[in-house]
Amino acid sequence: MSDSKPRLRVNPIRCDGARYCAEIVPELVGLDEWGYPIVSSAPIDEPRLLRMAERAVSECPRVALQLARFRDRDG
Amino acid sequence: MTATAVVAPLLAPPLRAERAGGPRLLAGPPFELGMEPMAEHRRRLGRRPVGGEWLLDVIERSGLRGHGGAWFPTHRKWRGVQRLALERGPSVVVVNASEGEPLSAKDRFLAEHRPHLLIDGALITAESVGADDVVIYLSRASRRAHRALRHALGERGRDDGRVAHVRIVQTQHRYVAGESSAVVRRINGGPAKPSFSPPHPSERGVLGRPTLVQNAETIAHVGLIARHGDEWFRERGTSTAPGTGLVTVTGNVARPGVYEVNLGTSLVSVAGLAGGVLSAPAGLLIGGYFGTWLDAERGAAAAASPEDVSLGCGVIGMLGSDGCGVGESARIVSYLARESAGQCGPCVHGLRAVGEAMTRLARGDADHGDLARLRRWSEQIVGRGACNHPDGAVHNLRTALETFAEDVERHISGHACAGLGTCPLPAPPRSPFGWR
Repeated sequence: MSDSKPRLRVNPIRCDGARYCAEIVPELVGLDEWGYPIVSSAPIDEPRLLRMAERAVSECPRVALQLARFRDRDG
Repeated sequence: MTATAVVAPLLAPPLRAERAGGPRLLAGPPFELGMEPMAEHRRRLGRRPVGGEWLLDVIERSGLRGHGGAWFPTHRKWRGVQRLALERGPSVVVVNASEGEPLSAKDRFLAEHRPHLLIDGALITAESVGADDVVIYLSRASRRAHRALRHALGERGRDDGRVAHVRIVQTQHRYVAGESSAVVRRINGGPAKPSFSPPHPSERGVLGRPTLVQNAETIAHVGLIARHGDEWFRERGTSTAPGTGLVTVTGNVARPGVYEVNLGTSLVSVAGLAGGVLSAPAGLLIGGYFGTWLDAERGAAAAASPEDVSLGCGVIGMLGSDGCGVGESARIVSYLARESAGQCGPCVHGLRAVGEAMTRLARGDADHGDLARLRRWSEQIVGRGACNHPDGAVHNLRTALETFAEDVERHISGHACAGLGTCPLPAPPRSPFGWR
């Protein structure tokens, strides 16, 4: 189940739509009409993009954004 | 209601063969008598076998899946919890009978009438996954089920050889209260609202222990499979959807109620069990408020099996010939918007917007812009809540827009629903006693 490529993930309960992430990595985070992030779940390959994703994670005022290295399990 | 003058495939008489064998979970004394007493239960089924690791393989071979809505393979869930219990100490089993789905009555019907089968299944499950704590999780609205279970537990005393402690926890009657992480949060003393995973309840659930949250009907099946074996279980149903299942049939049928059917039975025969439809249906809702809309033609060809059209929690709702699927879907998504736990932005704002736009559409006040937004939201909202609540709601929306495309166009050209404000898919009464 584990794959080592990190991907962005948002905790929607914590998130209150501060929009920092969409400004920092617009390549990976879009916004809906209410200002909540639509986060790409694709694994992040490119080092530059990964650095920006890491920055977005550390800038999130609600600590809602995370870089996950494991796929969510279902069931 | 136009009577049988309209000839539609769904009005065909039930095929006897598909009912063959009679009920399993609901076998026993007539429902008018209320709960089955322990003496009768023991006389009919004998003492319960003791669960254990041996049952994991039996459950795997039986092909049993979760009847709460997701149809996840039961043995996979069990093995995960059992393995963690070996590593970290006793696990917890939660029998989920909360049934927040407004159209469903099967779990409380089962608890009210066959509480001993449910408790048998729960104890056997606990022994199989290494649990010493069993929680029966009920909605506060299911008073009769609560009384039956309490009475049944009292009748048993401790002479059933159980090592697991059994307790009942009640919850608010809310749609999301039955979601597995909400179940765990409520039992741990919090609100019955979903949490963000990981950790999944199977890893860290009740009191931080590995926890199996399983739908009540599924647990009752375990009580029978442990007695009769996996081959017996597979004698009914199909190779991919073995066994029987409880369904709640509601709407435009002669005798709405809870019925037990062989999985794979055609929807025509299920309607036949409920006395047949009263007029050619304008549409069918399969699987409850999170379910799939079918038109009458597809409904007549479909079977009650998860791989044909997902049965979800087993609700089969028949819209009458005077009903409108768009109006009914508007009512349902608006309800689900109000039932949001209010935790996640995409669910709170998205479902509210969907409900408002669908209501405008049903009233004949929407334009093509509204329709385009509804289509976009039905894609965009999916997967962005902590639980599947928004996903389920927009599944209803999406299948309504597809199935009732012609009605949608008529509404956009200004026609309001004829039956607006009526409720063609009535929720079963809080106590289904005497309902069927």
